[in-house]
Amino acid sequence: MIQYIIKRFFMMILTVLLIATLTFFLMHSIPGSPFDEDRTSNPTIQENLEKYYKLDQPLPVQYVNYLKAIVTFDFGPSIKKPNESVNNLLARGFPISFELGIVTILVAVLSGVTLGTLAALRHNGIIDYLAMTFAVVGISVPNFILATLFIQVFAGQLGWLPAATWQSPLHMILPTLALATGPMAIIARLTRSSMLEVMTQDYIKMARAKGLKPSRIIIRHALRNAMMPIVTIMGTMLAGILTGTFVIERIFAIPGMGKYFVESISNRDYPVIMGSTVFYSTFLIFMLFLVDIVYGILDPRIKLHKKEGESS
Amino acid sequence: MVREQAMQSNSMKQPAFDEKGKLKEKILQVEDLQVTFQTFGGVVQAVRGVTFDLHKGETLAIVGESGCGKSVTSNAIMGLIPSPPGKVTNGKVIFKGKNLTAFNKSEFRKIQGVDVSMIFQDPMTALNPTMSIGEQLTEGLRTHHKISKADAKTKAIEMLNLVGISNPHERLKQYPHQFSGGMRQRIVIAISLICEPTLLIADEPTTALDVTIQAQILELFAEIQEKTGVSIILITHDLGVVAKIADRIAVMYAGKIIEIGTKREIFYAPAHPYTKGLLNSVPRLDLLEEELQPIEGTPPDLFAPPTGCAFTARCPYAMEVCSHAYPVETSLFGQHKVDCWLQDERAKGIFS
Repeated sequence: MIQYIIKRFFMMILTVLLIATLTFFLMHSIPGSPFDEDRTSNPTIQENLEKYYKLDQPLPVQYVNYLKAIVTFDFGPSIKKPNESVNNLLARGFPISFELGIVTILVAVLSGVTLGTLAALRHNGIIDYLAMTFAVVGISVPNFILATLFIQVFAGQLGWLPAATWQSPLHMILPTLALATGPMAIIARLTRSSMLEVMTQDYIKMARAKGLKPSRIIIRHALRNAMMPIVTIMGTMLAGILTGTFVIERIFAIPGMGKYFVESISNRDYPVIMGSTVFYSTFLIFMLFLVDIVYGILDPRIKLHKKEGESS
Repeated sequence: MVREQAMQSNSMKQPAFDEKGKLKEKILQVEDLQVTFQTFGGVVQAVRGVTFDLHKGETLAIVGESGCGKSVTSNAIMGLIPSPPGKVTNGKVIFKGKNLTAFNKSEFRKIQGVDVSMIFQDPMTALNPTMSIGEQLTEGLRTHHKISKADAKTKAIEMLNLVGISNPHERLKQYPHQFSGGMRQRIVIAISLICEPTLLIADEPTTALDVTIQAQILELFAEIQEKTGVSIILITHDLGVVAKIADRIAVMYAGKIIEIGTKREIFYAPAHPYTKGLLNSVPRLDLLEEELQPIEGTPPDLFAPPTGCAFTARCPYAMEVCSHAYPVETSLFGQHKVDCWLQDERAKGIFS
């Protein structure tokens, strides 16, 4: 196990390095510079600014500097907001985005799996049809449409919930629902088909023949096996939810990372772009690593490591 | 060859009879059991009136070709007919004085695994891949007899020893994929026996195993029956298996038992043309020249089963009456019973 983790760790470092390199060169291939908007500034001032941020140096040198920044995890100050370091931005924005993301994942997985299981158990029944209709709608409607719709109905017309910002658990309901509906629908559909397949397996019949309670058969015997495809898509779903937070944060005026991430690119705010990209990719890679670990725990047949003297 | 085997093992054990040669007490009586399945194409009459008894310590083999209702019969006894689409429409299954066909699901759960257990065909799929075999062994025990984890474990180790798995202590923590096919079937057998059932239904327990393992598993059955006195219903289409371990044989065709008798009676004096055909279609290694004689044709459509004998269309001895009326049951010598018009007094003249 430890051997596997070490191996994975080096792979993760390599991946982050690759992403960082790609981002660096892509970023510099975008025309324009961080100082384009400051029309009033004369060339001397611009040159001085570039010197200050070490942007006058040749690209390879900048690249090395930037790699140093990654290793020490100090990306320096933002170009557009000189009083603010990139680390500060991350420290302030990320916890909020993280909170939104985690709550969304929890809501999506718990309700998606429940819905899918119910649909499978009542196969071709009313619950099944309702759940699957809901799932089709949930998959087809993009989250920003849902978000505006939710604000209009629940915050505007009904006035039950606050329309924006991020203060109390009450504020979390609408953004989380808007963001979670899509993944939840996908998970529900996947759980349903996976459960339907698992329920026809011999080991479920065998569990019935043992005279076990239906609840135990479903939870202990069926669900664990049915969860495998869901864990598999969790990886890509995490990436989707992560980028989804950018949009949702904007709509609900949530002070998370999303705003800085998007603005930094249009502003060519190099340190912020690099900092947030590297940070987010590290985070995502780490989550994927967790998913793989969960995979191994759920299914004993998947071996993360080779033990000696074990029969296949 | 099959017959020789039958003779040998027959002389070795006869657990179904006591010293006076009489049958022991009945533990299961199936009376006119009928099971149907609702499908898009209509109603399939999978089991059309099956009647048989099972005695204590006896092995009854139910043989017949695929789709003749063997498995459906056993599932109906176990209460495992998926409903809908399946339904027990008629008949009684009397087990320990109670009629199982009147049971609801929760009443069935009280006997499933405890009094009646089942062994499935394919040990590769019958075990849950994500649960340790220790848990799969003990969960039934812990559901039915509220015993402690430690006691359940002791019992599990005892069962693994009984079915011949070495190192049971360590094996309990392992998962199904760490066992070979034969070992898994031993575990499945251990699971089915852990609550000490009085009736064990084995649905083609050796079909998915290779021949050498088959022999071992069959020996294990005989051994277990000797030790625990369990009655076994063995579902199979392998007459070699039947010859080895069955006491009595019921031959099923198109949802009915068409002939039933002791192993000797069925192997040496088959009365129904179908049984004869079945025995003739067993490959014989001792006769090099002889060609296999299959039964021509296919079984009837059970959406609309024929009114007369279902075998008429394939029967080399078919008479006019066969397609019009179902034959009455004829009792031959001993316990041998057959449903065939050829046994009728009026038909006997033709073949003599």
